[in-house]
Amino acid sequence: MAKKDFEMTWKDIPLGAIITEPGNASEYKTGDWRSQRPVLDRAKCVKCGLCFSLCPEPCIVKDDEGYYVADLYYCKGCGICAYECPKEAITIVQEEH
Amino acid sequence: MSTRVGAEGSFAVADAVRLADVDVVPAYPITPQTHVVERISEMIADGDLDAKFIYVESEHSAMSACLGAAAVGARTFTSTAGQGLELMHEVLYLVSSMRLPVVMAVADRALSGPLNVWGDHSDAMATRDCGWIQYFAENAQEVHDLTLCAFRIAEDPAVLFPVMVHMDGFHVSHVVEPYFRFEPEEITAFLPPINFPLPLDPNRPVTMGAFAPPAVYSECRKAQEVALRSTKDRIAAVWQEFGDRYGRLYKPIETYRTEDADTILVAIGSFNQMAAVAVDSLRAAGQKVGLVRLRLWRPFPLQEFRQAVRPAKNLLVFERALSYGGTVGPVCSEVKAALYRQKHAPAVMNFIGGLGGRDMSPKQFEAMFQRGQEILNNNLDIEYETIGIRE
Repeated sequence: MAKKDFEMTWKDIPLGAIITEPGNASEYKTGDWRSQRPVLDRAKCVKCGLCFSLCPEPCIVKDDEGYYVADLYYCKGCGICAYECPKEAITIVQEEH
Repeated sequence: MSTRVGAEGSFAVADAVRLADVDVVPAYPITPQTHVVERISEMIADGDLDAKFIYVESEHSAMSACLGAAAVGARTFTSTAGQGLELMHEVLYLVSSMRLPVVMAVADRALSGPLNVWGDHSDAMATRDCGWIQYFAENAQEVHDLTLCAFRIAEDPAVLFPVMVHMDGFHVSHVVEPYFRFEPEEITAFLPPINFPLPLDPNRPVTMGAFAPPAVYSECRKAQEVALRSTKDRIAAVWQEFGDRYGRLYKPIETYRTEDADTILVAIGSFNQMAAVAVDSLRAAGQKVGLVRLRLWRPFPLQEFRQAVRPAKNLLVFERALSYGGTVGPVCSEVKAALYRQKHAPAVMNFIGGLGGRDMSPKQFEAMFQRGQEILNNNLDIEYETIGIRE
């Protein structure tokens, strides 16, 4: 998208609001919806990848050291990763906006 | 050259669809539209029209299939009436918001209940705000011409909106009358092949009907509204070109004997023809009365309407639909809104009748004229009255 949706005026809307750039949903910042976020304690994490498997977004990705971390551009803060983590390595903290 | 034939309004529509050489016709039969799609089905079966007829299980599916066909760039037509139009309702908004040039003929019919299959404008008025271009044809010739024009208008690169062509159920759809039927070679120059600019195409992928969150939905709606309003001049220009080519001119607002008229009748649809007969009788009796026929309903031709009713002191609006619990009927509501804050606006009285196939005679339009004068000249506190209903 040349402009983000919140920047477009009605004159910028293409014919029929048709989207001509396939795959641009990846630009949509679902992280804006979040009111809480996961924080990983690397001392407890065993890199099992359950959080990666169960994240409904799926926004948890493996970093260079093999830890699984949430991409906060997309993370909606649902808390499923913290609930499912067998080592209680993930805690959910309130966002302070 | 055109051939003068005698047939139903429904066949006049089907002939226009054949001449437009449509690609896809998804349709579900419903009275009083049935003869339109039956006739098209026969034309396809006989090899007179090379098109795909999709036998759908409901009108909701019919309009959904129209949406899909138009989205790949096919010239698409369907037809319905009454309950069928209601069942399509939610899909109508999708077609217009995606700017897909579907053409639909509606044989306007009453809405249940009680169950009634006859002519009425309740179905048309319920779709008033669905974002389609909508206009009314009053007889077989008009519906033949205006269905052809509908493809040209809908597919115009400066328009790209679906078009609904209304004809009164039975009074137009089923009445056998003469009309000049075009030959294919006469139409070629007027109606070029369809060329939708952004069709679904694997080589150039697009997304249609995506979601728009609060951050951009309002902008999409305003873009659609501005675009629909801007089609009015193109519609008039296409009708002008049609008139120049073929000698029959249609206008967004048409007037009959309104010069010097103190009182103007306003109507929409085929009952205008009864009203015109009444105007002649009243003129012969020395009354300064005229008629304004609403042809283009959406986008509403505001300036043309104001101009057309300018001479009048009194306006009498006749229509074939109730707005349950409203101030007046839907057409009169539009008329009043168009005139509010105008200097020297005429007084407006609303008459509602012709519901569910009830006929209206010229004598009843004359009676409406007398009653309207009585109410408006004495400033009686009455917004609307029903006419032709047993008290």
